[in-house]
Amino acid sequence: MTFIAKPKVAHPSLPRNTLGLTRRDYEGALSTLCAGCGHDSITASITEAIWGLSLEPQNVVKLSGIGCSSKTTAYFVSGGHGFNSVHGRMPSIAMGANAANRDLTYIGVSGDGDTLSIGLGQFCHAIRRNLDMLYIIENNGVYGLTKGQFSASADIGTKAKKGETNVQPPIDPVLLAMTLGASFVARSFSGDKAQLVPLIQAGLKHRGFALIDVLSPCVTFNDHEGSTKSYAYTREHYEPAVHADFVPLEREISVDYRAGETVPVVMHDGSRILLRKLDAAYDPTNRVSAAQQIQERMRAGEYLTGLLFVDENAQHEFHQVNSTPAAPLNSIPYEALSPGSQGLEKILARYR
Amino acid sequence: MEPTDTSHPDYYHRVVDCQWACPAHTDVPEYIRLIAQGRFTDAYMVNRHSNVFPGILGRVCDRPCEPACRRGRIEQKPVAICRLKRVAADHRDDVSARLPQIPTAKNGKRIACIGAGCASLTVANDLMPLGYQVTIFEQYGEPGGLMRTNIPSFRLPAAVLNEEIAMISGMGVDLRLNTPVSSMRELLGSGGFDAVFVGSGAPKGKELKLPGREAAAANVHIGIAWLESVAFGHIDKVGKRVLIIGVGNTAMDCCRTSLRLGAESVKVMARKPRAFFKASAWELEDAEEESVQIVVNRSPKAFVLEGGRLSGMLFDRMEYDVDDAGRITAERVAGEEFLPADDVILAIGQENAFPWIERDLGIEFDKWDVPVIDKTTFQSTRAGVFFGGDAAFGPKNIIWAVEHGHQAAISIHRHCQGEPVAERLPPGMNLQSRKMGMHEWSYSNDYTPVERRLMPHVSIKERFKKLNIEVELGFTAEQVEQEVQRCLNCDVQTVFTAKLCIECDACIDICPVDCLTITHNGTESELRARLKAPAKNLAEPLYVSAALPQTARVMVKDEDLCVHCGLCAERCPTAAWDMQKSELKWPHAADEPRALPAQPAKKIA
Repeated sequence: MTFIAKPKVAHPSLPRNTLGLTRRDYEGALSTLCAGCGHDSITASITEAIWGLSLEPQNVVKLSGIGCSSKTTAYFVSGGHGFNSVHGRMPSIAMGANAANRDLTYIGVSGDGDTLSIGLGQFCHAIRRNLDMLYIIENNGVYGLTKGQFSASADIGTKAKKGETNVQPPIDPVLLAMTLGASFVARSFSGDKAQLVPLIQAGLKHRGFALIDVLSPCVTFNDHEGSTKSYAYTREHYEPAVHADFVPLEREISVDYRAGETVPVVMHDGSRILLRKLDAAYDPTNRVSAAQQIQERMRAGEYLTGLLFVDENAQHEFHQVNSTPAAPLNSIPYEALSPGSQGLEKILARYR
Repeated sequence: MEPTDTSHPDYYHRVVDCQWACPAHTDVPEYIRLIAQGRFTDAYMVNRHSNVFPGILGRVCDRPCEPACRRGRIEQKPVAICRLKRVAADHRDDVSARLPQIPTAKNGKRIACIGAGCASLTVANDLMPLGYQVTIFEQYGEPGGLMRTNIPSFRLPAAVLNEEIAMISGMGVDLRLNTPVSSMRELLGSGGFDAVFVGSGAPKGKELKLPGREAAAANVHIGIAWLESVAFGHIDKVGKRVLIIGVGNTAMDCCRTSLRLGAESVKVMARKPRAFFKASAWELEDAEEESVQIVVNRSPKAFVLEGGRLSGMLFDRMEYDVDDAGRITAERVAGEEFLPADDVILAIGQENAFPWIERDLGIEFDKWDVPVIDKTTFQSTRAGVFFGGDAAFGPKNIIWAVEHGHQAAISIHRHCQGEPVAERLPPGMNLQSRKMGMHEWSYSNDYTPVERRLMPHVSIKERFKKLNIEVELGFTAEQVEQEVQRCLNCDVQTVFTAKLCIECDACIDICPVDCLTITHNGTESELRARLKAPAKNLAEPLYVSAALPQTARVMVKDEDLCVHCGLCAERCPTAAWDMQKSELKWPHAADEPRALPAQPAKKIA
């Protein structure tokens, strides 16, 4: 919690994006989270990523549920749309909004509690429907807002601040998403912006459901010795497997890459992700082998990070499956949307 | 890069740009905070400790602090530091009880100071409290030196000057007015003094030897001598058309004085374009506000006479080629121009001159006939003879002369105590946390976007009625209230403890001016290029921490644009960042060992 207002003053040589805006123009309210919270770093990464993509703030939709993580949508892109939903129900709100206006960029921020406990059903079905959104889990293994009880992502053997040991197995959102058919699955760490920012950019540009599970230490209740989600533990046990560089449409690929090590993935709008394999044996385009390796490394106590699985050719995005028109539904005049009483008669006749 | 050694007093001193730039190292942020709290007398005393003449300097200081001010790098205009100094001086209470106590038992050492200007007065100010007996010899009937003779009273009222000089002369200085020293040999030979300080200024105005100079002598004046005559009432009028030759601060005083003595058309003639002017920007502004015309690219060629009397001056019209760096690469004459004039005032520089110092006393002079003076001790080549102010290294300004006085006083004390003058106390630095509680900091760290306040002036019509109407009115209460908040409190330092850092990035994310980066170490030039915001101002240091515990990366801070808002410390979960007030200990004579005469031991009951 901070009581000092962040001064409006900015570095005079702050870079501007193609809209002429600086990073500061994408900020939101000042965070009220604990000083040192990983979530604030993720907020900074989201801000940086959206600025870098030159998204117009009014075209960004920020959605969240309940929890520390869910407060953070207030802390970036104050010019965007925002919806703080009921606990665990953020995917439903995102679904409705996206159905009505497919032209906006949807970013949902949730926590391990909001996603893996109360909202697990909603989460799974958003993946199944392949809703076009970026879903970020700020994962710290505890219920921070209710004073640090173990959450559903707490590892077996991790210790609470007062010394209890967790004995229940964790739900891993990455593996869950892989088995549910997600076409963009990533894991990262709040303390590694070089990895996280391009992942967020790629996730926002991915057509369909993009999940980034971000390890985000709870500095107040889960940053002690014996915790498997502290800053120190995460840094020791985190293994970048695949680094993804996001290359926007307007920029030529100038990165020098050698075949075999770096794989370009073309996204539906023509922009590209450059996948740089840090672990030669890992294949982020093979769902089965990737899932296996993630599990094996997890058993060894390591967090495999980076863009762990991507399939840009997946054809089951919600609007594709439902053959909705290219124009957003909310932009289509009422007369065109409504079948009228005669049209309704025809439809009903089909069921008679 | 190696981890930055912040234990060296220079590191945090340098972050306080104004204090670093001030020759006397005045604690500017501290006195601005005191003004903000309405503690004008305390603010005055903080000033007086370093610069001795806050009321005078609050009006006419050369203000090296202002171009240095960090605020100027953030939004162009620096804090009006000098104006705020005047606020402290104008609104203070009587300070006589807070001036140093002068011991009645003297230490037996006698010091002669030559010239009652700012340098000698500072020497007296520093040595009288230590028990020295100081005698000041002054050629004129009033003390003050250049401050009285060359600065017109519409900029510096006599009352302000008199009061601040009296604080020093009132310490019991033996001030001998109308007593010029005509022979150094005699003074040294008298045997009455243990040390001599020469603070006689740079009293010789430069001459312009051109055709017609002698014939027109009645109407051609040397600027500083002319100002002096005006100050003492020997001159009270000037012709209707006046040309001032030269465009330094003396020229500004000459042109504005001319307007008050009856001139109707005053032109300041500059040889070069505006970018090469020596005058301070604000003095130029003030002159132009009074409709003084500044004519560039005119090189004086000849004084023109008609019927044995000056009728004007002939100038070459100059043209210059200037390169991208702003340097003149070529110059040529593009024609001639005659400008009519009733009087011409020469303000093209001044020098120190010592016709009264015999050249066989062991006081060496160099090939320009300037005395050879040690830059640290201010001692000449003859032990026990010290120089300071303009007399030492040629014309500078009051604030430099004051610092020379402080340093010379240390040397004089050491000389009189039989200690080597070159061995001096090093500066020190204290740091003290400003953290008061969970979210409480004992300084006002809100950034105020308010712009620099403008000094209100007496109306153009009103100010010319008398020679001594002070033009600048001083800030109003509302202006003070706003201007003090513009100070960034650069002395409340961001102090980092590497071993506490958990690399959560909180400070980096919150910093409004992107001055923090956690990255792997590198060379300075390479590191400067890959910070969160490139550190392009090479004049400002980079702070580089020791290796951080978790990843062995380093915390790098570019000091250039830090607004000292304290958010890094506020957001730090482990207090690796703290806001600590730095306090420079800049040694004066009073800090020397055995500075005070032995006091009888107190009886403990």
